[in-house]
Amino acid sequence: MKIAVASGKGGTGKTTVAVNLALSLGNVQLLDCDVEEPDCQHFLDLNLEDVEVVKSFLPVIDAEKCNLCGRCAELCHWNAIVVTPQKATVFPELCHGCGLCARACPQGAISEKGKVIGKIQRGKSGEVEFYQGVLTVGEPLSPPVIRAVKKKAKEDRITIIDAPPGNACPAVATVEETDFCILVTEPTPFGLHDLKFSIRMVNELGVPHAVIVNRAGIGDNRVEDYCEREGIPILMSIPNDRKIAHLYSQGIPFVKKMPEWKDKFVMLYDKIIRIMEEVA
Amino acid sequence: MKQLTVISGKGGTGKTTITAAFASLAKNAIFADCDCDAPDLQLILKPEVLEKEEYIGSATAIREVDCSKCGKCREVCRFDAIDEEMRIIETKCEGCGACAFVCPEGAIEMKKRVTGTVYRSRTRFGPMIHAELRIGEEASGKLVSHVRKKAQELANDGDLIIIDGSPGIGCPVIASITGVDAVLVVAEPTVTGLYDMERVLKVAEHFGIPASVCINKHDINEEKTKEIETFCRTRGVPVLGKLPYDDVATKAMINGQTVIEYSNSELSRELKKVWEKVELFLRAGG
Ligand code: SF4
Ligand code: SF4
Ligand code: SF4
Ligand code: SF4
Repeated sequence: MKIAVASGKGGTGKTTVAVNLALSLGNVQLLDCDVEEPDCQHFLDLNLEDVEVVKSFLPVIDAEKCNLCGRCAELCHWNAIVVTPQKATVFPELCHGCGLCARACPQGAISEKGKVIGKIQRGKSGEVEFYQGVLTVGEPLSPPVIRAVKKKAKEDRITIIDAPPGNACPAVATVEETDFCILVTEPTPFGLHDLKFSIRMVNELGVPHAVIVNRAGIGDNRVEDYCEREGIPILMSIPNDRKIAHLYSQGIPFVKKMPEWKDKFVMLYDKIIRIMEEVA
Repeated sequence: MKQLTVISGKGGTGKTTITAAFASLAKNAIFADCDCDAPDLQLILKPEVLEKEEYIGSATAIREVDCSKCGKCREVCRFDAIDEEMRIIETKCEGCGACAFVCPEGAIEMKKRVTGTVYRSRTRFGPMIHAELRIGEEASGKLVSHVRKKAQELANDGDLIIIDGSPGIGCPVIASITGVDAVLVVAEPTVTGLYDMERVLKVAEHFGIPASVCINKHDINEEKTKEIETFCRTRGVPVLGKLPYDDVATKAMINGQTVIEYSNSELSRELKKVWEKVELFLRAGG
């Protein structure tokens, strides 16, 4: 059972929900797929160990063999190679490591070297089994790292997945093939605007979903009104509470200091199961 | 022409609210919303669209004919986008074309796809280029570069392009900062805010872009604010200002106004000070 926690815009409280839900349920897996900024770790007592490196490939052009024909540059979908009358150059920050150029070079001038684009780390916090992906700084491509983290999900466990913000390929790589998606939003114009994009994403992926409103009270009712109109269940509202905000700023999951929330998160899980049964 | 990118590493730190405030303070500015995934700047700047263009940013592999299922395509695909039945999974396909290149039967075609829409608009503060990404498309560095190029085409010598970047440190962020004159990182005084700021500052450093920091909602946690300041000092990154937490930020948003337009609060006054320093930072060449 894989539950993704996603959000159209960053900073809405996705990580807060993922961590507090995992801690409330106890014996679960928590995967941090927000590999550009993996933040769950700051809320858990962990001894992280590296368990895997994620590699991609980078083409290396042998200037001796290259006759500057330009075929590689023409084929590269990301314009990551530029061939001038003097030289063929690879731009690593644009390269997606697809390997096409090396395959296609008529002179056999391109070889590939492996490069590390990220790593997977593992840790345990109480009963929660935690994995996170960390994208190497300067690397553009997060989906391969995300997919490597997702492979750690065990079929027979409840797995909570913290997704990267947005609706583009990193979010899709995370949310696709999950069983349920919690969309966290704020009751503000920005929050609603971005929520609508997220809802289109989960609909396209065919993943059942519901909404959590965070910082309730900060804005107006437009998110609630929208969800009601569209028939999207709201699972929970977390108030705009200074205590919660302060605990967050210190890296403390609020269920630890406000235990009454634990039951609410357990109930939230039951609601998810019910929604899934209805959908099925 | 100068270019400034406002980024945040972590989402929700107030990047767009601050960018919008700068819009009402800057002179001769052009705005480029490069947060194509969550394009919220338009909710405040309310652009009036003058021109609209479909953006073809990527391709996808399609096989419409039967084939011998030799498996070569699956073997070369580095993105696990071809399953055992040799079916291409569209959401996973990155459009690299390697499969079409190796297919001995020429059974795979690369189809271009519209990945977003790019708009040229006018706002009450100046011209704006913005875009909307189709859902699930590559968080495209390419689209970001395209938006920036269109903004540059509009810019004259003395103009400033203000770029609202996206959260994270990946492809779109890299595309939104390469070659700009300065980056302003909006940081938040939380454990995660500090960590995310460090990572995004490293990205700026990696690409050799002069970076500065502005701490938003500094009074949420003064201790963390100090940690951010200390970190920046040791790294030689200037902190251009500290902004207080204030509900007017949300109220202004609900009103579709910038904080500067909405009120003459302490937040507005501090924002003005930050903007002056940003201008100095830009003039000094970062
Ligand atoms: S395809 Fe090969 S020979 Fe041609 S420019 Fe590229 S590296 Fe050089
Ligand atoms: S490996 Fe792929 S993305 Fe990288 S340069 Fe070669 S063709 Fe372009
Ligand atoms: S390489 Fe071509 S022929 Fe072989 S399985 Fe793929 S599509 Fe079919
Ligand atoms: S175009 Fe590239 S990513 Fe897409 S299926 Fe073919 S090899 Fe895989």
